[in-house]
Amino acid sequence: MEAILSFIHTNLQMFYIVILSIFLGIEVISRVPAVLHTPLMSGANAIHGVIIIGAIIVMGEADSGNYTALFLGFIAVIVGTLNVVGGFVVTDRMLEMFKSSKKK
Amino acid sequence: MPSSILSVCYLIGSVTFIVGLKMLSHPETARRGNWLAAAGMVISILGTLFLYRHDGEHLHNYGWIAGGLVIGSVVGTMAARQVKMTAMPQMVSLFNGMGGLCAMLIAVIEFNRLLPEDASVTFAQVLESRQLSLYVLAILAGLVIGGVSFAGSVIAFGKLDGKISDRNFAGQQVVNMAVITAIAALSVYLICGDPRQPALIFYTVTFLSLFYGVLFVIPIGGADMPVVISLLNSFTGVATAFGGFLYDNQVMLTGGILVGSAGTILTIMMCKAMNRSIRNVLLGSFSATASGG
Repeated sequence: MEAILSFIHTNLQMFYIVILSIFLGIEVISRVPAVLHTPLMSGANAIHGVIIIGAIIVMGEADSGNYTALFLGFIAVIVGTLNVVGGFVVTDRMLEMFKSSKKK
Repeated sequence: MPSSILSVCYLIGSVTFIVGLKMLSHPETARRGNWLAAAGMVISILGTLFLYRHDGEHLHNYGWIAGGLVIGSVVGTMAARQVKMTAMPQMVSLFNGMGGLCAMLIAVIEFNRLLPEDASVTFAQVLESRQLSLYVLAILAGLVIGGVSFAGSVIAFGKLDGKISDRNFAGQQVVNMAVITAIAALSVYLICGDPRQPALIFYTVTFLSLFYGVLFVIPIGGADMPVVISLLNSFTGVATAFGGFLYDNQVMLTGGILVGSAGTILTIMMCKAMNRSIRNVLLGSFSATASGG
């Protein structure tokens, strides 16, 4: 019990960030028209690509002699970048189509 | 000084993600919102590359990192530009799966760093001496959620692309529950027990997570795929947030949680728009096949 309480105490800032972010995520997209569901999903998909930062850190801290870590980290950086770049470009293409079809 | 500039970069990144997501939910501003979030992402990545310090040390292996970034960018742009408009949903699913794979690989590398090099020291002693139990919990959470998201997204991609058909077998729910229970039990054993071969248990959990991702998506009907992709998308968000916890990294934490919660709400809204309940989509594979003939 004491361990849990002290954990909450030392990481209080993180708990605030997590809880407020949850509510923020719900509020931010609460009234979205159905046509935007797919682009919004795609946009959110690109945003969680921020995991790439974790991949960069893990890669940058790996020993230059540890080939397993280097190889796995290299793959992680590639797929993370795919997630980010592909995600944003696909979202843009969807929205582009959405705009032009609306003009007609 | 560099680390305080990096904090500001992460702050800018978090704010652009929030504002970008908000703008994405309005037709007039959606496109600008997308690029705003992308700009925040670039700032966060460049900041990490050049300003990140751990115990006063720079990152190294810049060649590998740059190579990965360039390959990922070129392939990602080409794939996203050349895909047909009708094939967009499966492309999103595939990119989402890449994010899940990334989270999974990070977990594997971080776990390997914890393994004792000296044979006389047990895994439990390593955890005890450095108080790493919660750290391992975060690694396992990232591994399992990322693994499920990766395998599930690849299956969803295959289904939408017409390469994989729906499959049901009797007792599927029971098998799913059994796999989940096994994952939970092995995770608890790894952290609280004193396993002789921690690596073996860790890789069993990895395999089971991938297996569960396949089991989770394979019975769901093709028409419900967008809802499932949205759900897997929020899974990857949560996996990202656990990564943020590992590295005490604010932009990963806020970005991940934001996508996790927004993605969950979006999943529910998509279900409503299709006149389906989320329970129906996830558990109703039996009724779906019955009505389908």
